[in-house]
Amino acid sequence: MCNQAVCLAAAELERNGIATVALVLLREVALKVRPPRALALPFKHGYPLDQPGDPVRQHAVLESALRLLETPAAHRPLLVDYAPAASEGVPE
Amino acid sequence: MGDLSEFSLPIRLFLRAYRWRVVDPVPWSPLRVPLARARLALFSSAGFVLPGQTPFDESLRGGDPSTREIPFDTDPATLVDTHRSESFDHTGMRRDPNLVFPLERVRELAATGRIGSVNARHWSFMGSLTAPGRFVAESLPRMAAAAVSDGVQAALLVPV
Repeated sequence: MCNQAVCLAAAELERNGIATVALVLLREVALKVRPPRALALPFKHGYPLDQPGDPVRQHAVLESALRLLETPAAHRPLLVDYAPAASEGVPE
Repeated sequence: MGDLSEFSLPIRLFLRAYRWRVVDPVPWSPLRVPLARARLALFSSAGFVLPGQTPFDESLRGGDPSTREIPFDTDPATLVDTHRSESFDHTGMRRDPNLVFPLERVRELAATGRIGSVNARHWSFMGSLTAPGRFVAESLPRMAAAAVSDGVQAALLVPV
């Protein structure tokens, strides 16, 4: 249900002129609810920024989300799967 | 990938049958300034509250639709987990609240110039809302109006 709640909040903020990016842990929920911009994450619930106590991995997720904010969208809503680049220094 | 297989059979069945809200039409607000000049706010459904704030009410049928404001300079270690759901692992977010409410991470982004600034307040709510009517009709417009009045230009939303 958290995925739906953040998607609905994103939509309300966008209606008020604020650019948003929602992290989502259930891709199929994002497909149904349709937030404006969403980054689908490969992590289990409770772990949206990957690992606790690991700023490098957390920043990698945030950087991917921020890039969505900067990306002109050819398709709306915009739903992108998280794929950290090796250059971002995320250990395997 | 997070998926429904994480959940127990009763929850999977509930989620399969659930009538999800649909955003239609999909609103779209482009970033109006470069991110390096934008003010960013966090919105997290992790159900965190500050010491002294009223915990989210886990007894409310359909879920507690209220929200809490979290000042930007809050020490994440002081955040208290009051999310009612037992269907996910709370261990990580209790060990490191940045995992679901990345206060320190966004302050670092502002310090490096990746974003312009961090808003003076962020928002916490409890995402386990099976009946989100009041959340949509009352809480979200109030939260959005506050963010607009603060001059927020970019928002990051984090579920658990």
